[in-house]
Amino acid sequence: MADTAARPALQLGETAAKAAAVSIWEIFLEFLIIGATSFGGVVPYLRGSLVTKRQWIDDKEFVEMLSISQSLPGLNATNMAVLVGEKLRGAMGSIAGIVGICLPGGLLMFAVGIFYHHHGEHVWITAALKGVAAAAVGLILSTVVSLSKKSLSHNFDFVFMAATVIAVNRLHLGVPRTLVAVGALAILFHHPRKAQKESVKP
Amino acid sequence: MNEIPALIRVFAYLSILTVGGGMAAFPEMKILTVDVHKWLTFPQLIHLYSVGQMAPGPNMMMIVSIGQWAGGILGAIAVLGAFFGPTAVLAFMVAKAWKKLEKWPWRTSIQQGLAPVSIGLLLAGCFSMAKGAITGTETAAIAVAVLLILLQYKVNPALLVLASAGVGILTFMP
Repeated sequence: MADTAARPALQLGETAAKAAAVSIWEIFLEFLIIGATSFGGVVPYLRGSLVTKRQWIDDKEFVEMLSISQSLPGLNATNMAVLVGEKLRGAMGSIAGIVGICLPGGLLMFAVGIFYHHHGEHVWITAALKGVAAAAVGLILSTVVSLSKKSLSHNFDFVFMAATVIAVNRLHLGVPRTLVAVGALAILFHHPRKAQKESVKP
Repeated sequence: MNEIPALIRVFAYLSILTVGGGMAAFPEMKILTVDVHKWLTFPQLIHLYSVGQMAPGPNMMMIVSIGQWAGGILGAIAVLGAFFGPTAVLAFMVAKAWKKLEKWPWRTSIQQGLAPVSIGLLLAGCFSMAKGAITGTETAAIAVAVLLILLQYKVNPALLVLASAGVGILTFMP
């Protein structure tokens, strides 16, 4: 439970040597490659490319950045591109990263959208898509299971999880109100327990 | 063409709801794109989302297709900017402020508190999608099979989704 808190403080910007010389173009190209090859989930490809191959960030920074990405709105993939790009080359690095990672999939889905618009009614396409949509449901459920195993720190978290589902699907409160209400309760529940007396203001 | 302001409004709004992943915004996306603006039908939304899972890169690139249908190439670009712009700016600012936030004891509380809520949002999105996608025993069987295979073995999910297209053709062809 104290696992995130106990982790030693980490300074972003310490894998200096390799990162110092990275150009905007290199950042764009690397994220373009990730964006074009990361079939079935971006995170392992990000790690392989940024930590192992390029050594722009080390493993600890990667985990830290990923946990920031997950707590913020936005997709993990694009948040990671922004965070890594920022670390390497500031604002331009972020832009290069996010454009690079979005471009291949975006172009592909642009083409797929046009094709589907014209041919989506064919019987065999409808049949295939029925299978694909069912598989997507199974895929999301597996993400729910593995995330629950990985990132829930207390048994009571399942209550917050259930409350969220009920608020959105049964009470139709909408995502924003649910997020604020259940989110606030859950954050208060996980309030800092160590006797830290210093200012707790944001 | 005149759909573009609405596209920007809707997708910028959806953007800030994607806490924990794109699926968190799905229930709201269904209401706004299908029920309110009628840019596409519910089955079409489910199909695009599911096909999008096979594409490389961030897993919500299907929004490009919605933008293209509603507003052509400009619509596609507008949707991309609106959906990724606000959260990118936020992530950028947080990256800048990260060192200060590190010493803030509530940071861990926020991370631990948002984890169950974001998983709940993912599950809620999954249920509202399942309403349209799971239509009988066969589709339920495909979903359960994919779930069990992914939990049990290290398979690339994109391959499983692709394989399910084949299963779909074999099962649902009239």
